[in-house]
Amino acid sequence: MNHEAPIWEFAGLDFNLANMLMITIASLIVFIIAVASTRKLAMKPTGAQNFMEWVMDFVKGLINSTMDWQTGGRFLLLGMTLLMYIFVSNMLGLPFSVVIGHELWWKSPTADPAVTLALASMVVGLSHYYGIKMKGPKPYLKSYFEPFKLLFPIKIIEEFANTLTMGLRLYGNIYAGEILLGLLAGMATNGIGGTLGAIVPMIAWQGFSIFVGAIQAFIFTMLTMVYLAHKVADDH
Amino acid sequence: MLSESLVLGEAMHFNGGDIIFQLVMFIILLALIKKFAFGPLMGIMKERESHIANEIEAAERSRADAHKALEEQRELLKQSRSEASALIENARKQGDAQREEIIAAARAESERIKEGAKIEIEHQKEQAIAALREQVASLSVMIASKVIEKELTEADQQKLINEYIDGAGDQL
Repeated sequence: MNHEAPIWEFAGLDFNLANMLMITIASLIVFIIAVASTRKLAMKPTGAQNFMEWVMDFVKGLINSTMDWQTGGRFLLLGMTLLMYIFVSNMLGLPFSVVIGHELWWKSPTADPAVTLALASMVVGLSHYYGIKMKGPKPYLKSYFEPFKLLFPIKIIEEFANTLTMGLRLYGNIYAGEILLGLLAGMATNGIGGTLGAIVPMIAWQGFSIFVGAIQAFIFTMLTMVYLAHKVADDH
Repeated sequence: MLSESLVLGEAMHFNGGDIIFQLVMFIILLALIKKFAFGPLMGIMKERESHIANEIEAAERSRADAHKALEEQRELLKQSRSEASALIENARKQGDAQREEIIAAARAESERIKEGAKIEIEHQKEQAIAALREQVASLSVMIASKVIEKELTEADQQKLINEYIDGAGDQL
C-alpha cells in the first residue's frame, strides 16, 4: 500500500508526475466526451446531445437553487466543467491502479489533497474575484463586518475553513475509497480463499465508490455555487 | 506502515507543482470545452428556446385569428339567417296579397261573364218569342183556312182570325 509517488523537482517546486498524467487524462476524457456529444447539434436533440443537455439543465438547477439566473448564468460553464471533471476524475481510480516499480502511476487525481485543494482554492478565489467585480470593493469589504463587527475574525477563518473542508472532503472520500479497494485487491491476490472472500466486498465497494464519486462531484459543484452565491448575491 | 502512509505519506511532500499544473489544466480545459463543446451547445439551446417562444407566440396569434374568424362567421350566419327569415316573411306577405288579388279578379270576371250570359239569355228569349209568334200566326192561319175554307165567307173568316190571334196573344 505504501507506494511512492514519482516526484520531479523543477524550479523549486515538487511535481508529482503521476498526478500530472492523471490530470491530463481526466481533462482529455472530459474534453472528448463533451466534444463527441456536441458534434451533431440539432434543434431536435438526439442521443448524446440529450445527455449533455441534461447535464446542463442539472447544473442550471443547481445554480437556480442558490442564486437568481441573472447573476448565476455566467457560472454555468464553470459548474458543468467542474461536475464532469471531478466525476471523471473520481471514476478513473476505480477500475484499476497501476504501479510501476514502487511508484503509483494510475489513480484518481482527486485522491491527492494537492489537486482537490487546488480546485477548492480556485473556487474560493473565484468567489472573491466575482464578489469584488459584481458588488464593488466597498460592499465586498463591508460584508466581512456584517451583521456586526465582532464577526470579522470568524469570517476570515470561514474563508480558509471553506477551502479546506471543500478540498479535503473530496480528497478524503476518494482516497479512502481507493485505499479500501487497494486493500481488497491485496486480499484477493492472497490465495484462493482470499480471492473468494474479496469478490463480494470488492463488487459492493466499487459500486459504492461510483455512488460516492458521483455524490462528491455533485457536492463540490453545489458548494461552488453556494460560495459564489454567498459572495455575489446582494441579500447576504 | 499503513497508518504512516495515511498520515504522513502525503504530508511529507508539498506538491506545489501539482497545484499549479491542476489550475492551468483546468483553465485550459474550461477554455477548450467552452470553445468546442458547451458554447455551441448553449447556443443551440438558446436558439431552441427562442424558437419555442416564437412558436408559442405564433400559435397564440393564430388561435386568436381563428377565434376572430369564428366570431365573424357566427355573426354572418346570424345575419344571413335573419335575412332569410325576412325574405320568407316578405314572400308570404306578397303571396297573400297576390292571392287576394287573383281571387278578386276571378270573382269580378265571373260576375262579368254571368252578366253577359244573362243578357244573352234575355236576348235569345226575345228572339224565340218573336219567332214563335210569327210561326203561330201563320200556322193558325193555315189551320183555320183549311178548316173553315168551305163554310165561312171572307168576312167571317177575318173576324174569326182576329179573335183567335187576340186569344193566342193573351195566352202567350
